Amino acid sequence: MSPFAYRKPAALDEALALAGPGARFIAGGTNLLDLMKQDVLRPKLLIDITGLPLRGIAPTGDGGLLIGALVSNAELARHPEVLRRYPLLSRAILAGASPQLRNMASTGGNLLQRTRCYYFYDTATPCNKREPGSGCAARDGLNRIHAILGASEHCVATHPSDMCVALAALEAKVVVAGPEGERRIPFADFHRLPGDTPHQDNNLEDGELITAVELPPTGFASHCAYLKVRDRASYAFALVSVAALLELDGGLIREARIAVGGVAHKPWRDSEAEVALIGQPPVEASFHAAADILLRDAQPLAHNGFKIELARRCIVRALSDAIGGGRP
Amino acid sequence: MNATATDEDEGRFAAHAVTLTVNGQRRQVEIQPWVTLLDLLRERLGLTGSKKGCDHGQCGACTVLVNGHRINACLTLAVMHEGAEVITVEGLAEGDALHPLQAAFIEHDAFQCGYCTPGQICSALGLIVEGEARSADEIREAMSGNLCRCGAYPNILAAIEQVLADDERRPE
Repeated sequence: MSPFAYRKPAALDEALALAGPGARFIAGGTNLLDLMKQDVLRPKLLIDITGLPLRGIAPTGDGGLLIGALVSNAELARHPEVLRRYPLLSRAILAGASPQLRNMASTGGNLLQRTRCYYFYDTATPCNKREPGSGCAARDGLNRIHAILGASEHCVATHPSDMCVALAALEAKVVVAGPEGERRIPFADFHRLPGDTPHQDNNLEDGELITAVELPPTGFASHCAYLKVRDRASYAFALVSVAALLELDGGLIREARIAVGGVAHKPWRDSEAEVALIGQPPVEASFHAAADILLRDAQPLAHNGFKIELARRCIVRALSDAIGGGRP
Repeated sequence: MNATATDEDEGRFAAHAVTLTVNGQRRQVEIQPWVTLLDLLRERLGLTGSKKGCDHGQCGACTVLVNGHRINACLTLAVMHEGAEVITVEGLAEGDALHPLQAAFIEHDAFQCGYCTPGQICSALGLIVEGEARSADEIREAMSGNLCRCGAYPNILAAIEQVLADDERRPE
């Protein structure tokens, strides 16, 4: 690790005032310190935000839930209101990492996880995300874990988070504070596709800090499922994961949400696929049709072609599981 | 570490005073901000029970309890744990009386080389404190953050199952 200075502000405005070039906020640190040990990141100043009052989980005025950025993944996954009203979120969180990591990792930090692309981590290889303009070693390298949707010639990395797949399906909002004050970013607009700026994972402005994640009132608690497929039984990143939410009415689908992880630079949603399910019976044929729409533009690389069929099957199974897979 | 501070940097990289309780003992140290909790325990406090396996949070050999929660000591900065209560494998036995988990690991031969064992035991303690895992499948899932390259998993599982069962039999 390269040397750095360390500050621990006690108030939000103090933390924001310390932000600047070369500085990074740290909370759980599970991904940031890993990247610093690999020399991928070399901040000059770490701003420890664990002293800020961002640990609450509280109802919002409109019936949603406001989750402080410092709430640990473990605490969030077992919070009674989350289990009761947003079981999808709890299941997605528990599908990720290990108990030790979930005890440390924060809500805000989970959103800011970097890709686990091997080449992003390997400073001996080119990577446009790590070093803009250097090239992409994954595109013609080992790309079994890489993206099949929304990638660019500059970057084929995937977003690693499970929690974010659930938050995308639930249509959470990201609450951020910065020099210009506070703003709320719809989850779909938070993470970016790589395009020609893959070094920017998300749409946070310089100096902005995530202070909370806001869940809307509707948690689809009766019909939800999170399905994750990985290379071993536990403690591995998703090859493909699917968050499926259904609202049923008189034996037909009234609303459907499908978010897919492990396939793109951000949790992938497709409104056409979801709209196609409205008014349909909740049967495999409907789910297959939706999966076909969602995957219509999927592009395989040399080693990840299996992900297209895997994603198709995962979507169908997650939607099928969601019919009966709600709150216990 | 390999700090090459310029004059200007010297102040910025100053050591920080940190006070924390390790295995019930109050410890006061002056450390650089980039010292991980694992390095503090092993290199400064002489507590080499917690192991540096991968140093990236992938193997769990460094698992310790901080304020009652199991974490990877390799992925956290010591300077961030002012006032914390840390428990390592060295803090589990009471004198010559082994902790029930330690005794169960011996009884069930739950290790071969032993390198992952301190992390396994601390992680199992965290699992018991959390009180969520009961069935064999739940215990396996809840121990997924601890790798054993000798493959002693069935015996590790048996040891933890036994301690959980003994806890349940014991009157409150």
